Amino acid sequence: MPLYRGRQTAPCQLQPDAGTDKTKEVRVLTVSLAIVSKPPQRVLPGFRLSLGFTLLYLTLIVLIPLSAIFLKTFTLTWAGFVDAVTSPRVMASYRLTFGASLLAALVNVVFGGIVAWVLVRYKFPGKRIVDALVDLPFALPTAVAGIALTTLYSANGWIGRYLEPLGIKVAFTPLGVLIALTFIGLPFVVRTVQPVLEDTERELEEAAASLGASRLQTFAKVIFPTVFPALLTGFALAFARATGEYGSVVFIAGNMPMVSEITPLFIVTKLEQYDYAGATAIAVVMLVVSFLLLLTINLLQAWARQRGRAGKV
Amino acid sequence: MSAIISAAALVNVTPVSVPRGEPAYAPAATLEPVWVRALLILIAFAFLTLFLFVPLIAVFYEGLRKGWDVYVAAIFEPDAWSAIKLTLLTALIAVPLNLVFGVAAAWTIAKFEFRGKNILLTLIDLPFSVSPVISGLIYVLLFGLQGYFGPWLRAHDIKILFAVPGIVLATVFVTFPFVARELIPLMQSQGSEEEEAALVLGASGWKTFWHVTLPNIKWGLLYGVILCNARAMGEFGAVSVVSGHIRGETNTIPLQVEILYNEFNIVGAFAVASLLASLALVTLAIKSFIEWRLHHQLTAHQAAYALNHQPS
Repeated sequence: MPLYRGRQTAPCQLQPDAGTDKTKEVRVLTVSLAIVSKPPQRVLPGFRLSLGFTLLYLTLIVLIPLSAIFLKTFTLTWAGFVDAVTSPRVMASYRLTFGASLLAALVNVVFGGIVAWVLVRYKFPGKRIVDALVDLPFALPTAVAGIALTTLYSANGWIGRYLEPLGIKVAFTPLGVLIALTFIGLPFVVRTVQPVLEDTERELEEAAASLGASRLQTFAKVIFPTVFPALLTGFALAFARATGEYGSVVFIAGNMPMVSEITPLFIVTKLEQYDYAGATAIAVVMLVVSFLLLLTINLLQAWARQRGRAGKV
Repeated sequence: MSAIISAAALVNVTPVSVPRGEPAYAPAATLEPVWVRALLILIAFAFLTLFLFVPLIAVFYEGLRKGWDVYVAAIFEPDAWSAIKLTLLTALIAVPLNLVFGVAAAWTIAKFEFRGKNILLTLIDLPFSVSPVISGLIYVLLFGLQGYFGPWLRAHDIKILFAVPGIVLATVFVTFPFVARELIPLMQSQGSEEEEAALVLGASGWKTFWHVTLPNIKWGLLYGVILCNARAMGEFGAVSVVSGHIRGETNTIPLQVEILYNEFNIVGAFAVASLLASLALVTLAIKSFIEWRLHHQLTAHQAAYALNHQPS
């Protein structure tokens, strides 16, 4: 990857007094999302306007509506809240949602990792098309994915008919939930690992080989530690996405209470019974989990960036 | 890319032609044995076939199973047609709104330093980490009959929930970060020297934006817009909660797919679904094209930068 020096001339010409020699030091940065060089002073116009508009729109569309959830929860007593979020049916839905999400993310770490490796390291015909199609679960509406997977895995479907004689039922069971969540989480691991693999330096592998390491040792001691943070980030992203997923799961799950009912569906059921407070209480639990996951992902990404940079400089 | 594999070594797996101009050598020490490579490619293909290719093919196959006439009739059926129109209308409102926001947010974050920037970035990402169902729920809590603004809306005879405005709002919420997320890293990597130069030469702020910034970010902008649009047209969970499922009135295409499917009108459901699948494929094609352009632009930008900033 080409390196280029952080900017140091132009802003300083505009403000001769800006910065000491230290800030003018040549900063070598990899061209990535991480480049933020601090402008010494606001030169460009439109700061107040754009910040004002951004904050207003953010408040109207995101902050006020989201705060409604927390406000609504306060209409419940503490005991009522605890009851709503720990009833046996909700607990069963948590187990299914988080269990299946965890498994699906693990499946994606293994196979997504292999897909990323194959796409970066090997050549084969149709590679560009395959590469583009990896993003299909991002682009394909979840309802479409849901009905397609259900049709494929039902007893007389293209795939289900071969599993049925083996006694494996996929559609309308928790296994179906796992399949749907694996589908929607597929791109995350591939897309986080791919750029890291592309950036790894082959010289390191050559050095390892020349020092007598076998290919497997090189993989375990050189390649794997480099991509590990990316694998972990991809895992967390796939897991986070899976816990909130609704559209692709409702068709294939069968939605039996206590067995194959995911938490988002249970929220919808509560809403349809006009139990707004109950639905909101469960939503709060899910939101808190999502925020914790978001925080974890941010920390993981910061760690991965640091590792990446430390490896390069 | 340094991973150049000799064509001969891969012949047993898949025929490959080595592009002219690239050296066809393989540093054997950093290459796996042929059988390992073949196995890995096979596993990757099997996984992708099972989870991507087969479901995609199934959508078109099931939709066209009873022939072209039935397919076309299913799409032009009045309820399906009104769902298509509502989906287009929703995207037509939601995407431009988030486009304007995305540009404003990216300008603020990429061009200026201020306190609380990281918090702002996190807040912009927030809708991505909220379950679609919860994204719909928040509008029920605000505008539903028992909601905070419910009684007032009812008194003034304004319908938001179970009507088009609710669908648009839920869509705006779930597609909120798309454009901003694409533009922020792009504009940060470009810096603001070109804008500063334009200002020094006497251009006004708007003029600078139109003639300097916009041409620089146009591919990134388009990238964000097509992703935003794909999600806006395909959103299911959030819209399902706020729509009320009134046939011919508040059903978007994904909701229409659900209704047809639950009525065991499988061909109809897949015919309508194939529209969304086609949209997804077009989106991916444009996305790949833009990625190629962006890569090109970024490399050119870096080359120009390196030339202009030779160490003296």
